[in-house]
Amino acid sequence: MGRKLLLEHINVPGINTFDVYRSKGGYASVEKAIKTMSPDDVVEEVKKSGLRGRGGAGFPTGMKWSFLAKPEGVARYLVCNADESEPGTFKDRYLMTYIPHLLIEGMIVSSFALGANTSFIYVRGEMMPQIRILERAIAEAKAKGFLGKNILGSGYDLELYVQPGGGAYICGEETALLESLEGKRGNPRIKPPFPAIAGLYGCPTVVNNVESIAAVVPIINDGGDEYAKLGIGRSTGTKLISAGGNLKKPGVYEIDLGLPVEEFIYSDEYCGGIANGKRLKAVVAGGSSVPILPTNLILKTINNEPRLMSYESLADGGFVSGTMMGSGGFIAYDEDACIVRNTWNFARFYHHESCGQCSPCREGTGWMEKVLHRLEYGHGKSSDMDLLIDVSKKIEGNTICPLGDAAAWPVASAIRHFRDEFEWHVTNASEAVSRNYGLAHYADPLPKLESVAG
Amino acid sequence: MKVTIDGIPVEVEPGTSILNAARLIGGDIVPPAMFYYSKLEVSGGKCRTCLVKVSKGSEKDPRPMPKLVASCRTTVMDGMEVQNITSPEVIEARKGVVEMLLINHPLDCPVCDQAGECHLQDLGFEHGAAKTRYEFDRRTFEKIDIGDKIQLHMTRCILCYRCVFTADQITNTRLHGILNRGDHSEISTYITKAVDNDFSGNIIDVCPVGALTDKTFRFKNRVWFTKPVEAHRDCDKCCGKTTLWYKGEDVIRVTGRKDVYGELEEFICNTCRFDKKKTADWVIEGPRKVSHKSVISSNHYEFTPLPVVKTNPVLMEANREQFDRDTRL
Repeated sequence: MGRKLLLEHINVPGINTFDVYRSKGGYASVEKAIKTMSPDDVVEEVKKSGLRGRGGAGFPTGMKWSFLAKPEGVARYLVCNADESEPGTFKDRYLMTYIPHLLIEGMIVSSFALGANTSFIYVRGEMMPQIRILERAIAEAKAKGFLGKNILGSGYDLELYVQPGGGAYICGEETALLESLEGKRGNPRIKPPFPAIAGLYGCPTVVNNVESIAAVVPIINDGGDEYAKLGIGRSTGTKLISAGGNLKKPGVYEIDLGLPVEEFIYSDEYCGGIANGKRLKAVVAGGSSVPILPTNLILKTINNEPRLMSYESLADGGFVSGTMMGSGGFIAYDEDACIVRNTWNFARFYHHESCGQCSPCREGTGWMEKVLHRLEYGHGKSSDMDLLIDVSKKIEGNTICPLGDAAAWPVASAIRHFRDEFEWHVTNASEAVSRNYGLAHYADPLPKLESVAG
Repeated sequence: MKVTIDGIPVEVEPGTSILNAARLIGGDIVPPAMFYYSKLEVSGGKCRTCLVKVSKGSEKDPRPMPKLVASCRTTVMDGMEVQNITSPEVIEARKGVVEMLLINHPLDCPVCDQAGECHLQDLGFEHGAAKTRYEFDRRTFEKIDIGDKIQLHMTRCILCYRCVFTADQITNTRLHGILNRGDHSEISTYITKAVDNDFSGNIIDVCPVGALTDKTFRFKNRVWFTKPVEAHRDCDKCCGKTTLWYKGEDVIRVTGRKDVYGELEEFICNTCRFDKKKTADWVIEGPRKVSHKSVISSNHYEFTPLPVVKTNPVLMEANREQFDRDTRL
């Protein structure tokens, strides 16, 4: 098992209090950054680390920071996106519940790097306990002089606020989050301008995921180069994975990027295999919005190489045979899971959460949900699969924000890889209501690729 | 700045949107716009009917844009090349958007007051398929009265937000907005509070479909049986320039003047719109020019003599008096 960076002290009793956290070396990065480094040095360190955004898109964090416009006399803001609501992802909630000071420490360093004097943590409304925990932690940090005016005598001021959201998935999209934070209806804005130019209240703003901000702490403590040594290729560092579904040991795991998927599922160190001695049927590797893959494709890429938990390897094969790292919501399905029902459940979620601005997403998500509902309850038609593929294509890429894509991908990929199960739901409608399709051939080894002489 | 849209170059000011650049050229290459309204800030970008393909980003950065972009909210760059009707991808995407827009629309055109001047009807006619693949119940709502002059029928609404922006931007107090989200969203005055200000009537004119209708005109007539006439009056609240819609001798409706894209040239006040319905209140300027393709002009004055007569100079001369009479008001 690799070294843990974020969850190293997670099992220390009382780590959620300032004193215990401090005694375990907490807030060292704040001292180091504020006393010995300039803001640009911190940005440079993060750039060197190769840290990629942990919220889902995987955009390099250092790059995002360096894009921030810095006009004179205009306030800059750092907003932490803790509106974690992707089905299957619960890593941020875990982090905030058990080790809130890590996030606050990261916020101080990041705000210092960006020159922000007011920063916000936008927490999803359902996470009321986490909001209280964070507020208590902020009060503690403030009492010890790590927040407020003139932090550690350096002349740098920072106010940190926790803002509860209303519990909408769409407010996890950065511009919708900013709208919501401004007190408006949480509709995504049309880009450009990007938040780095005109974000919160029209000022330059950086929006980062909880885990990205927390990862800044070990980067500053150990140096960016040291962090970049972990991981594989352009996927550097460690990543929190929220493993869920039919696993023996579901939970939040911190892995070095580059760990083989097979090892992650079956090794006792991590998930320990599939619960109740069943066989694995499918995996959603990065939260509900990424394409679902059958067992044979999640364990091996199409070229018969082992698939690794990294941004590149999971995306190997593109949309045809690959998936995405996403936000790290790893959901495993055993042989008794019904893919049609699961797809319907996801479609229902996106239908419920679509903000209703763009017509393709507003109407299309509802349409897909209704067709899938019909399929699941045995009233499907054989033309429904093509219809679903077509509707998902009409949504994908034609919307303002990525929610349209996120709604389209799981449906399109489920039909791409599990088409015979969908067809079985149509042809054996009465049977499909009472029993599941089972594993079928989804775990069979992949056929050898024939090389075409060219 | 020089932009090329479907192979036609045009010079525009920096900061112009692709849609407005296309409107400078005019004709078939103008992308349809359901939600965009040039008089309202931040409108548009939502309906996605105006999607276009940018095949060359700019002179400096010639890379094409990865996705289709909303032309109403994308500003042009120097040397940009845009494909609208020449790109099959755009046509396909637009067809999809039209289908999506019609999913929850009741298609009750035969009993809808907007029929004949409805943007969605035009759009569906031009781009949509004859049949829908949607086989489920459409959403329905009860009709709501917003004040005593305006009726809201949410069933027909396509959630363009235009009326919300109108209420927000041309009047001081914001009285209505969007409730709920996704396809449950609805335009509403909160707890059905009446919209009560001098310019509220404009939300009828900006509505592209028959969701917001004029209660003084509801079920009075079909638009193609009425004659639009331009008129003005001295108004202390607005510009006073309107279109009167005559049925016989009576003014049965007053609206603002709409340009070729169905957008109001200037907003008018409620006094002009609802209370001045006598010819004596107005100074008549002349008939409103309506495109001969529009159903509104189907019955009257823009009548063109039959081609067989038109091409024959002798007959033309002989029938001059008759033609003059026909083309007159």
